[in-house]
Amino acid sequence: MSKSQANPNKDSTWNDEWQMVIGLEVHVELDTKTKLFCGCANSFGNAPNTNTCPTCLGLPGSLPVINETAVSYAMQLGRALHCDVHPSIFARKNYFYPDMPKDYQVTQYDQPTNADGHITLPSGKQIGIERAHIEEDTGKSTHIGGGGRISDATYTLVDYNRAGVPLVEVVSNPVMHSSEDARAYVAELRDILLATGVSDAKMEEGSMRVDANVSVRPTGSNELRTRCEIKNINSLRSLGRAIEYEARRHIALYDSGDAPRQETRHWDEAAGRSRPGRSKEDADDYRYFAEPDLVPLAPTADDIAAIDAAMPALPAERRQALADAASVELSATALVVERNLDAMALGSLEAGAPAAGVLKHIENNLADGPGKLTADTFAALVSMEAQGDLTATQAKDVLAEIVETGAGPKVIAAAKGFEAMDASELEILLDGLIAEHPQEWARFAEGDRKVQGFFVGKIMKATQGQADGKMVNALMMARLG
Amino acid sequence: MTSRRSAVSIAADVRAGRVSARDVLEEHLARIDAREGEINAFNLVTAEAARSEADAVDARIAAGEKVGPLAGVPVALKDNMCTKGVETTCSSKILEGWKPPYNATVVDRLREAGAIAIGKTNLDEFAMGSSTENSAFGPTRNPLDVSRVPGGSSGGSAAAVAADFAPISIGSDTGGSVRQPAAFCGLVGVKPTYGLVSRYGLIAFASSLDQIGPFSHTVADAALVMDSIAGHDPLDSTSITGAAPSLSAVLNSAVSGLRVGIISDLMGDEMDPDMRSAVNNAGAALEAAGASIGEVRIPTALSGLGAYYVVAPAEASSNLARYDGVRYGLRVDAANTGLMNEASRTAGFGDEVKRRIMLGTYALSAGYFDAYYGSAQKVRTLIAAEFASAYEDFDVLISPTTPTSAFEFGAKSDPVEMYMNDLCTIPSNLTGDPAMSVPYGTDDNGMPVGVQILAPTMGETVMFTVAAELERSQA
Repeated sequence: MSKSQANPNKDSTWNDEWQMVIGLEVHVELDTKTKLFCGCANSFGNAPNTNTCPTCLGLPGSLPVINETAVSYAMQLGRALHCDVHPSIFARKNYFYPDMPKDYQVTQYDQPTNADGHITLPSGKQIGIERAHIEEDTGKSTHIGGGGRISDATYTLVDYNRAGVPLVEVVSNPVMHSSEDARAYVAELRDILLATGVSDAKMEEGSMRVDANVSVRPTGSNELRTRCEIKNINSLRSLGRAIEYEARRHIALYDSGDAPRQETRHWDEAAGRSRPGRSKEDADDYRYFAEPDLVPLAPTADDIAAIDAAMPALPAERRQALADAASVELSATALVVERNLDAMALGSLEAGAPAAGVLKHIENNLADGPGKLTADTFAALVSMEAQGDLTATQAKDVLAEIVETGAGPKVIAAAKGFEAMDASELEILLDGLIAEHPQEWARFAEGDRKVQGFFVGKIMKATQGQADGKMVNALMMARLG
Repeated sequence: MTSRRSAVSIAADVRAGRVSARDVLEEHLARIDAREGEINAFNLVTAEAARSEADAVDARIAAGEKVGPLAGVPVALKDNMCTKGVETTCSSKILEGWKPPYNATVVDRLREAGAIAIGKTNLDEFAMGSSTENSAFGPTRNPLDVSRVPGGSSGGSAAAVAADFAPISIGSDTGGSVRQPAAFCGLVGVKPTYGLVSRYGLIAFASSLDQIGPFSHTVADAALVMDSIAGHDPLDSTSITGAAPSLSAVLNSAVSGLRVGIISDLMGDEMDPDMRSAVNNAGAALEAAGASIGEVRIPTALSGLGAYYVVAPAEASSNLARYDGVRYGLRVDAANTGLMNEASRTAGFGDEVKRRIMLGTYALSAGYFDAYYGSAQKVRTLIAAEFASAYEDFDVLISPTTPTSAFEFGAKSDPVEMYMNDLCTIPSNLTGDPAMSVPYGTDDNGMPVGVQILAPTMGETVMFTVAAELERSQA
């Protein structure tokens, strides 16, 4: 079989004989006011080369001075990822590239600040984190001509505004086995970043950049086969597509008696495929050594305790707390926490609202936020509906009005004239309708359930939506005996 | 032409209005005019800027304003200290024409103290050398004998003071680059404790070893400069926090009771007999002044050379990566960026710089790191431990500054033979401890001989007390 025939795009189903092995490296830009080693503004979208100084331009004689806020943010993130925070040192990673002003990157190598943590996915799965280390970002190159590659470019424009922006690189263990888990991991990391406030975590602006290391192995095996690193992934959707594509490409290569090469590949979202970049076989030797211009970071036990004490509730803990309070599955709470409505839900439960109604309304009717809704008005509304004082349609209507005005559900229901109609009123309406539409009723009686909606609709129209649709259905079925 | 004046006396006279800063400057500029063609101490003389600075000092004195302790004192700056808007080259073609947009902290502090910067002095390219023969802009000659080298790498700064172009100058010392040329030119030269003087704006050779220090004719002038430039700088993360010692205040302290150790491992056959007898004479003088003298073994001191020539090139290979033709300095155009980097560096760096970049790159490479860089760092730790142990028994140590006095041009064509020049000075850079060279007599050729005084970290006060006593003992 030739390689061209081994096009993984033609295969739309997963072959269970193979297991994906995914590890993610996520670069997170810390949302500090200034850069990691100088006082220049850390901001996105300014005119090129305006946020620069001798230090972040790497001018001869300049020296770095550590941004304490960046270190503090990095340690906060580390603790939020359940990492151990260690005394750490910076190292130089040496390689030539024009957007790297010193032709070395200051990063952490064998002694990172954060190590051995994990992220708990909404499904409850724990994904191990090897390390989360501090490093400086590079500038941004734009290669003109030659297909955008540096080796063939006519010339290259470099913007050093990003050079020296503080990053934390979060490195997972290679323990994810589906693109869904990989996406959930990145989404969860993003939520943790937003909860702690250490990054704005915008994939599209590059403040959160995901590289995926992908390989496959025969299901049941524990080996780690040759991996490829996929770069240029700019959204969660791209992440899923890129992983699926890459894993299938590997399987196709193995199936054809070939094997993948270890390399860096670039995801092309428009084309829906990855393309080879630099081969890792002839990778640079980075000649790491301890950065002599900086002193070691030595956080004290008190520093770490202070960070822990100030830690906001994290998404996984919030999901667990809500699941416990509502007595539901963990997965049922994911959307509530994602919408940041778990505090409202817990308050409503405490005020006596039934969990099912609380979760249902948050999922279906509060996508745009709670507005002027409070836990108490929410609890009152859900309870009214549960007691049959409001129909589902009425409840949705009243909820929308509480969100807008903040008024209590009883007042709104009364103003709208919403009172649950009892069965006898509906029976009278139904009698009238059967009399007006005998043919339709005959069809219904013969088993044509499609005309059921016709009668329900007529009653809803007559009652201006105050009738309970479920009750009308029940009454109609009852008349059939 | 007036006779030599010390920085201390110039500053006192200028402050008292007995002489103008401008007149002092013109005296020195006249000497430069007369002899610079022969010596080549400077890459650049900034006469006009110096004149306006001197006039400004005079105007402040006339207006009754307060001026600093170095008011009106001309100072020459090694051309690896950044000076705002003034060409700073490291005596390398790769930086020729580069004008920094900022001043080194040392340059700002000298200016705040009232000193008048008169120019940028020649050096071995990127401070890599011991003779100033490695400058891309031609060698500097020793003013005491122009057939001989002034030492290096701060040879231009040493020659500028030795030729009385300036009473004081600033150098940088990575493995002896202040102390060795001071010894060769008959001057006082200081390598302070690592971190005592800010490195901000000093163009790096080997960051963990580089330290800035002064040249002068007298110990008191060196102390005056140190008092102006030492002290914490928030722009240098390795800068020592806390107050710097006042060295001008300790020059008349007694040495009686001090314990002085002669490092016997630096008194062997590698050292010229004249160097050894200068050390013994210095020891005898200190003993006569009430100090006790003993011998001390630092067996690893001689291993320092090997460790140094791994650590320094390793750091240099990284520090000098930025000279890639992209942002500043020399660019030699080529077909693509990688080839442009290569062509620029090939044309811009001299042989010694290339040799050390290759040595350092090799020492840091995967598979060799542990054997070279890792081992060198262990040797460094051992040397520091031996010195720490020696300082339990002694307050200061003494040794020759150099194995020989100033040699003739071209005498050390073998790089390793040249590296041997740093044998006595390197240990202090590896440990971070302070050391200084004071002139102590002459050898058979009439060339000056330097004695090195070594002290524990932040031991500058006792070091300067001993230096002042050695100076007095020759008066």
